[in-house]
Amino acid sequence: MSTAIAISGVSKRFAEIQALDNISFDICQGEFFGLLGANGAGKSTLINIIAGLVRATTGSVKVLSYDVVKQYRQARQRLGVVPQELVYDPFFNVREVLQLQAGYFACGKANYRWIDELLELLDLTEKAKENLYALSGGMKRRVLIAQALVHKPDIVVLDEPTAGVDVELRKSLWQMTNQLHQQGMTIVLTTHYLEEAEALCDRIAILSHGKLKILDAKHQLLDRYPYRWLCLYFHQKFVVPDALQAKVVTQTEQQLTLKLHKQQDSIGEILEYFHQQGLILQDLQMKEPSLQDVFLELTQEAS
Amino acid sequence: MNWVGMWTLFYKELMRFLKVTIQTLLTPVITSLLYLVVFSHVLEGHVEVYPNVSYTAFLMPGLIMMTILQNAYANSSSSLIQSKMTGNLVFLLLAPISNIEFFIAFVTAAIVRGLMVGFGLYIASLFVVDLPTYSWLWIVLFALLGSAILGAMGVIAGIWADTYEKISAFQNFIIVPSTFLSGVFYSINSLSEFWQIVSKFNPFFYLIDGFRYGFFGISDVLPFKSLLVATIFLGLLSSGCLWLLSIGYKIRQ
Repeated sequence: MSTAIAISGVSKRFAEIQALDNISFDICQGEFFGLLGANGAGKSTLINIIAGLVRATTGSVKVLSYDVVKQYRQARQRLGVVPQELVYDPFFNVREVLQLQAGYFACGKANYRWIDELLELLDLTEKAKENLYALSGGMKRRVLIAQALVHKPDIVVLDEPTAGVDVELRKSLWQMTNQLHQQGMTIVLTTHYLEEAEALCDRIAILSHGKLKILDAKHQLLDRYPYRWLCLYFHQKFVVPDALQAKVVTQTEQQLTLKLHKQQDSIGEILEYFHQQGLILQDLQMKEPSLQDVFLELTQEAS
Repeated sequence: MNWVGMWTLFYKELMRFLKVTIQTLLTPVITSLLYLVVFSHVLEGHVEVYPNVSYTAFLMPGLIMMTILQNAYANSSSSLIQSKMTGNLVFLLLAPISNIEFFIAFVTAAIVRGLMVGFGLYIASLFVVDLPTYSWLWIVLFALLGSAILGAMGVIAGIWADTYEKISAFQNFIIVPSTFLSGVFYSINSLSEFWQIVSKFNPFFYLIDGFRYGFFGISDVLPFKSLLVATIFLGLLSSGCLWLLSIGYKIRQ
C-alpha cells in the first residue's frame, strides 16, 4: 500500500516546551488512522505541521510525496483539514463560504455541482442561504467538514471532529466519515473519545509528551494489553482466598470483580476453587480490554 | 500562480466590505464632508494657501486623499485581525495560496475600497466646492499609490496585531497622526523650517502633495519627487510585508 502521509524525524519546540520529539511514521493510502494522546501530547501540533499551519523545528512531512513546505501547493491541494474549533466567517452564508473555499483551491464554477452534493450529503441544503452565525454548533461542524471536502482531497484530517457534539450528531459524523473511507479516502482522526477511535480506526498511534508511544493495528494494540476482567455474581456470601486478593478490583457481599492476566491466570482454576467452597454462581461476565485501558496503561507509564 | 485562488480571495475581501457599505463607504464620506464643512466655515476667506485657490478647494484633495488612505488601511487591517481573532484565517492558511497572491489580493481590495470612498467624496464635494482638475493622470496615480501603501500597511498591522487594541493603537498612533500632519489642512511652506524638514520625512506628505498637484498643478515639492518617494515607500513596505508572510510571523507558528 502506498504512503499517504510520511512523517520523518519531526520535532517542534515552542520556547521552553518540546511539543514534538523526533516523530516518524507513515500513514498508508486508504487507511483510517487514529492519532490519540492526552491533552498536550502533541496531536494538534502534529496535525498542524501536516497541514502547514505550524512549521517543524526539524524533520519533514510529505503528503502523497509532496513536501508540505517546499511543495505546499500540491500538498495542500490533496489535503482537507477539519479544524478543532468551531471557526467561521460571519460575513457569509453557507453556500458562499463553500464557494469561496473551493475558489481558494482553484476550483471554479464547475465545482458548484459538488458543493450541492456536499450540502445534500451533510444535510445542509436547507441552511445553504443562512449566515453561519445563525447555525447551531452541530450545523457549524457540518459546514467545517464540507469546507474540508470542497476541493475533493485525497486525505482528510479530522481534528477532534466530535468534541462537544451530541450523541446523535456524533453517530451521523461517524457514519459519514465511514462512508468517505469506503469511497477510498484516507482519513486521519484525532479524538478524545477512545471508543470512537476503537470503532473507526484501522491503525492507531498514541502520542505522549511529544513522543510516539506506540503505533500498531487496532487489534494488535488491544492484544498487547495483558489483562482482562472476570466478574462473578454469587447466591451467597463468599471469602476471597489470599492468592486472589491482589487481583480484586471490586468486591461486595455477593459480587466480585478480578483483574486477570491473560496468560498467567487460569479462569478454570478460579471457578473450581469457588465450586469446591460450595458456592453457587448466579452469573458470570468477562470483559476484554478496551482501547481506553490500553491508552491509560501507556500514558500512565509515560507520566 | 493560483490565479483563481487569488481572484477568489480578492473577491471575498471585496464582498466583505460591500456587505456593510454604510459602515465602510458611506460613513467615511459623511465624516470627511463634516471636516470640510467645519474647516471651510472657520477658515474660508481667512487663509489663502495657493494663489487664486479658495481654502475649501485647497482642503478638498487633501481630505479625499486622507480618506482614501485611512480606508485602504482599515480594509486590510480589519479583515486580517477579524480573521485572526475569530480563527477563520485558518481556511486561507490551509489553501494553496502563495504569499504574493495573499498580499496582492488583500492590497488590491484595499485599493478598491480606498478609491470607491475617494470617488464618492469627490462626487459629493462637487456640490459644495468648485474643484479644478489639472491632470487626472496624477490624481489617479497618487490615489492608487496611496491606497496601495496603506493597504500594505494594513496587512502588516493585521499580521503583527493579535488584539483589536493593537490594531487601534497602530491606527491612532501611526496612521492618523501621519495623515493629519502631512499637509491635508495646510501647505508645509507655511511651517517653520524645522517642521518643514520634519514633514519631508513623512511619506504621507508626498502622497497628499502629489495628489493635490493633480488638481491645481501646484505643489510644495516636485510631483516626480513625490512619485519617486511614494514608489520607494511602497516597494519597502511590500518587501517587508512579504518577508513577514514568508517567515509566517504570528500567522504560521
